[in-house]
Amino acid sequence: MTSVLSARVRTAYVLLEDGARFDGIAVGAADAATGEVVFTTGMSGYQESVTDPSFAGQIITFTYPHIGNYGICETAMESDRIWARAIIMRAAMNTEDAPGAERGWLDWLVDCGIPAISEVDTRALVRHIREAGSMRGGVFPASMSLTDAMERVRAEPPMKGADFACVVTPKEMTVHGAGTGPRIAAIDTGIKGSIVRNLVERGAVVELHPCTVSAAQLLAGDPDAIFLANGPGDPAALDYVVATLRELVGVKPVFGICLGHQLLCRAVGLQTFKLPFGHRGGNHPVKDLQTGRIEITSQNHGFAVLAPDGERTIPGDEPVRWDTDFGAAQLSHINLYDRTVEGLTLLDVQGGTVQYHPEAGPGPNDSLYLFDRFLTQIAEAAA
Amino acid sequence: MPRRDDIQRILILGSGPIVIGQAAEFDYSGVQACKVLKEEGYEVVLVNSNPATIMTDPEFADATYVEPLLPGPVRQVIARERPDALLPTLGGQTALNLAKELHENGTLAEYGVELIGANYEAICRAEDRDQFRITMEKAGLKMPRSAIASGWVQETKSVDLARGLAQAEDAMIDIGLPIIVRPAYTLGGRGGGIARTPAEFRAIARTGIEASPVGQILLDESVIGWGEFELEVMRDHNDNCVIVCSIENIDPMGVHTGDSVTVAPQQTLTDRLYQKLRDQAFVVIRAVGVETGGSNVQFAVNPETEEIMVIEMNPRVSRSSALASKATGFPIAKIAARLAVGYALEEIDNDITLCTPASFEPTIDYVVVKWPRFAFEKFSGVDQRLSTHMKSVGEAMAIGRTFQQAFAKAMRSRELDSIPSLTGSAEELLTRLEMPGPDRYDVLMAAFAAGADAEEIARRTKIDLWFLRELQQLAADPQAPFAGQRTYKAVDTCAAEFAAETPYYYSSWERFGTMGADGEPVAAHEVRRGDRPSVVILGAGPNRIGQGIEFDYCCVHAAMTVRASGRDAVMVNCNPETVSTDYDTSDRLYFEPLTLEDVLGVVEIEQPEGVIVQFGGQTPLKLAAGLQAAGVPILGTSVDAIDLAEDRGRFGALLARLGLKAPPYATAHDVDEALAASERVGFPLLVRPSYVLGGRAMEIVYERDDLADYLRRTAPADGARREIFLDRFLENAIEVDVDALCDGRAVWIGGIMQHVEEAGIHSGDSACVLPPHSLGPEMLDEIREHTRGIALGLNTVGLINIQYAVTLDGRLFVIEANPRASRTVPFVSKAIGVPLAKMACRLMLGESIEELQLPSEAMPTGHVCVKEAVLPFDRFTGTDALLSPEMRSTGEVMGVAADFPTAFAKAQAAAGALLPDDGTVFITVTDGDKPGAYAIASRLEDLGFRIVATAGTAQAIRGMGVRVAEVLKKVGEGSPNVVDLIETGEIGLVINTPTGSGARADGWEIRRAAVARGIPCITTLSGAHAAARAISAGRSGEPKVMSLQELHRDRLRVG
Repeated sequence: MTSVLSARVRTAYVLLEDGARFDGIAVGAADAATGEVVFTTGMSGYQESVTDPSFAGQIITFTYPHIGNYGICETAMESDRIWARAIIMRAAMNTEDAPGAERGWLDWLVDCGIPAISEVDTRALVRHIREAGSMRGGVFPASMSLTDAMERVRAEPPMKGADFACVVTPKEMTVHGAGTGPRIAAIDTGIKGSIVRNLVERGAVVELHPCTVSAAQLLAGDPDAIFLANGPGDPAALDYVVATLRELVGVKPVFGICLGHQLLCRAVGLQTFKLPFGHRGGNHPVKDLQTGRIEITSQNHGFAVLAPDGERTIPGDEPVRWDTDFGAAQLSHINLYDRTVEGLTLLDVQGGTVQYHPEAGPGPNDSLYLFDRFLTQIAEAAA
Repeated sequence: MPRRDDIQRILILGSGPIVIGQAAEFDYSGVQACKVLKEEGYEVVLVNSNPATIMTDPEFADATYVEPLLPGPVRQVIARERPDALLPTLGGQTALNLAKELHENGTLAEYGVELIGANYEAICRAEDRDQFRITMEKAGLKMPRSAIASGWVQETKSVDLARGLAQAEDAMIDIGLPIIVRPAYTLGGRGGGIARTPAEFRAIARTGIEASPVGQILLDESVIGWGEFELEVMRDHNDNCVIVCSIENIDPMGVHTGDSVTVAPQQTLTDRLYQKLRDQAFVVIRAVGVETGGSNVQFAVNPETEEIMVIEMNPRVSRSSALASKATGFPIAKIAARLAVGYALEEIDNDITLCTPASFEPTIDYVVVKWPRFAFEKFSGVDQRLSTHMKSVGEAMAIGRTFQQAFAKAMRSRELDSIPSLTGSAEELLTRLEMPGPDRYDVLMAAFAAGADAEEIARRTKIDLWFLRELQQLAADPQAPFAGQRTYKAVDTCAAEFAAETPYYYSSWERFGTMGADGEPVAAHEVRRGDRPSVVILGAGPNRIGQGIEFDYCCVHAAMTVRASGRDAVMVNCNPETVSTDYDTSDRLYFEPLTLEDVLGVVEIEQPEGVIVQFGGQTPLKLAAGLQAAGVPILGTSVDAIDLAEDRGRFGALLARLGLKAPPYATAHDVDEALAASERVGFPLLVRPSYVLGGRAMEIVYERDDLADYLRRTAPADGARREIFLDRFLENAIEVDVDALCDGRAVWIGGIMQHVEEAGIHSGDSACVLPPHSLGPEMLDEIREHTRGIALGLNTVGLINIQYAVTLDGRLFVIEANPRASRTVPFVSKAIGVPLAKMACRLMLGESIEELQLPSEAMPTGHVCVKEAVLPFDRFTGTDALLSPEMRSTGEVMGVAADFPTAFAKAQAAAGALLPDDGTVFITVTDGDKPGAYAIASRLEDLGFRIVATAGTAQAIRGMGVRVAEVLKKVGEGSPNVVDLIETGEIGLVINTPTGSGARADGWEIRRAAVARGIPCITTLSGAHAAARAISAGRSGEPKVMSLQELHRDRLRVG
């Protein structure tokens, strides 16, 4: 076996802020890490997950036991680095045998300086989080005392109210794609590579702007549409992006995914809230309330949007319509697991967002058509 | 769209007898469908010829027809019951083919029956290889290059073998070897194989054309060595599709998926590649046009190039869908049935969470491994190499938190009768691995233990290195995966994202050191035990010959009875095909291997009132002593009584005390002792090893030399001391089987069955009749008296099965007694309308016979039931299609009619050996049988049959006045011989009693040819008598169908 597993077994543990503790062995970088401990139920796509900027500030627990089965490779990167703070697994693998593997998963985690723990009873951990909610926690070497570890956990700022977009956003604007399609200006709060890839593959030219960009700066380039990216942290902490957005809605077509969805919803007057333990995985059913169709979706969000009436769920199967500062709007999609809001459509101006991840990477491709629809709508707006 | 109100009555077709490729999974699917449709308020009409199924219990349908699954009887059922719809997707290939026929012959249109679940066009697009290929090409999906060779001649509606072979020859040149050969419309790829040389190709092409009912074979470009993956897809009428489960075959392409060790979920594909398969699976189900329901799509994936090819799809529930249901907790058949009657996925609740809809994809946080169970030890001389032609008879599944846990648990769930031989050098072991056989993983583990290299094994086997690295670690330390604490975790479809309501558990081993917020260790298990007393029922493990679905039937009945008694029923079993492992069957299901340690783990959590070991066949009985030693209460008949019945000496003493006769017997431990004892006991002898089920290695020997030969052949490889039983064999005796209930004080006899074949044929392989057709009232009284004596003598509490032999001079001998559920319990229960297993379970829970309020006479008058065995000879070329003391049947059927001959004819038809109405009968019998052959020949002659015979038989029956139209040469004496005539289809019935067991004897060739052509081949004179009477009875028109509910109108309240 390769280096990591043949090394002397180092024990480690996960500690949650409520005192719950789960022992395992250290398999990543020899370090401690703290953050919000969350779980994802996806059975494959570990590399895509950990490089998704939306996981910034979080420690990922994989519910599927074997993680690392097919190694890692350049093409599965969703950004240029790992954003998760640490990884919790039941049975980590470090094999490089798969034909496409360029490096072993655990070797790569070590290379990247990411602590990881394996042989944890992840199911017990997930059941705990399911009951008690996502909370702060950390992965610590066994040599660190519980008192020291708890001190570090408590020192970690809570996810509620945290602005992580400013952490993951690029310093400079970059341009992607050289097609003849529309120019799309994205507010990059942590965009996934798959989103950019899907837009570029369809001929779009995508500008990725730092999230502090002003509306005037964006409009100066006269883009065909504005795109609101996914990203980490609490949408309620991003008033500055919401303010920017309010200057853009109705001026340019606005589309968004995940955090972008939450921000557009805020811009049209809705509130967000923290889900007890989030939606993370590749198997959530989402219903399009307009067509009645159900898609199996890729999900990764810890916050969600409240309905106009302030409720967390949408009881009926009809789109919820209400008036906003930008004309009529409707909540267009719901999650069939817990009936939370999954999509917004603006009816009088061009705009629409989804809470889930149509770009997949990881997860199902059921919703890729949204990118086609998005580009068609831009073309219609331009015509 | 909610429930359809325009249909009220739905016809469901079962899959018939258990055969290789079509097993208990269809009982599981059918039961789920029946339950759901009844819950939805529909009337359910069911046709299935298999009495050992739970689905044919009268309470699961409104009208249950145990009738042959043939167009004639089903048409009669349709005419009587006038169903609005036919749901054909739950009874495997049998039901689908039958539905297709009923459509084609106009029956469905004539009676206005709508096909739901899959329409005719979709069935054709999926099942017809040519149409499937065109459909896939149109949808833009790739399949291996292929061609069809067909010998079908439309004008004559017959198969021209030469034409088929010529087409195959051309195709071989186009495609290039190696080529995979698959016959059209056969179960589990019967008659197919992989050809690597032109000679091999020609041989397999011939068998394939012969095996296909339409003389058609599909020739595929070989993708041997590619990864093999299966996806279980569901689709509703809103066109919403979900994948329930992905399954990866550890054995790469080339080994039939039914014979492969498989893993769920898939382990080796990247997310991107897996999503591609998922997308393609949806394209397949939409292109084929399965509007609602489940389908199984198989893919081959080249791991190097990531090329994907579609291999096949089944537009119905399947073995894999049963596995996927058990692996994930997503009940595919149940949901498919709801979808078929109008619901959409989102309108159906997830049973397990009760708070989320069925329109989702299960995600799991454990690993599932399925192992096939083979029975090659039953078929000496057959080719044990695995190929695209399925050969396994059952399967075991195991769940673990890691692959190694699951693999090791599955391995110990197999319950092998014989330990594979693993001697040899590492190189020899590696060479064995190149040709996959039933013991390949045992060999592989031994090779690792001998220091073999994973890369080298990968090179030779094409098994993915991911699996090999894991297996290498497991071989290095088999105990490593089981370090830490045993915990019981729930199967919940959602990786703990939501709270599960359904108590379906598996054991896993986790590290110590999991503390809750309060600093206390978190409970090691998730089991919510509740306060009610529980009873643990031990299941039968993987299906194999000798221990089949009958025992699962009994276990399910036990669960129902325990629940009805106010206790919690706890099921332990590891067979994914069965109804017993449906989480709906018991209050708590533990999907666990049936070993003492695993069962004791469950007992520790459950602290049950007792454990039931009587119903799961030999598997739980083997654990009884260990459980008792561990202080676990065994319900019903004591462990000591079970031992008394098994121990020849103790049982002999009991019989002597009761004044009952048994054939002379002896027990020996080595060759000399056996030879000495044989003189004392007297020939002919029935010899067998002790403690066997299904007559393993049981033979009749006529002289000393034969016995010496037997002892040499069956000697244990390690020279271990063994116990051999020698019994005097009673020639020409009538065998009788009795199933009875006993509470320790009173005895109630459920059924006295007379075997059609003489003693010497294993009871599991013999046809039997209820009530007995030729035993007088005095003999029946004597049998009843004996049965009472033995049942009470053994202090039986529950069921007992006793076998007797009645000699020609009217003497009654006790052959053996088994104080437990027997293979015939479901048959008897259905014949008499009293559920014996439920009654037995009530006795075990403390009730008395009197309290059961059983009818005074078990067998109602007015009908006769015949049970016939179904044998897998057509799958095992190279084995003799001959009945013997060694059981070889995989399943059974039941024929019900007003008289014995008609019931026998129905049973024959249901078993697939449709007796001819006219034509030519070939008769060849041993000298001893020649006098008896006359009566049969004469009867058949009177019925208008043309008689042909071999010289000796011809001479004998001519002498008695029968006209023999033709005397045939013996095989090997030139043409035309009988084998030629069988092959050309000229002979419609073969009566051939065996002359010795020499392989490749004349009879062997004759029986092989008959089996290959699907011509009934009767190997006993008594069977021939019954057949002649049945043919005669058939002259008065097609036998009428009748439902069990009509038959037992007065009794069904019992239980």
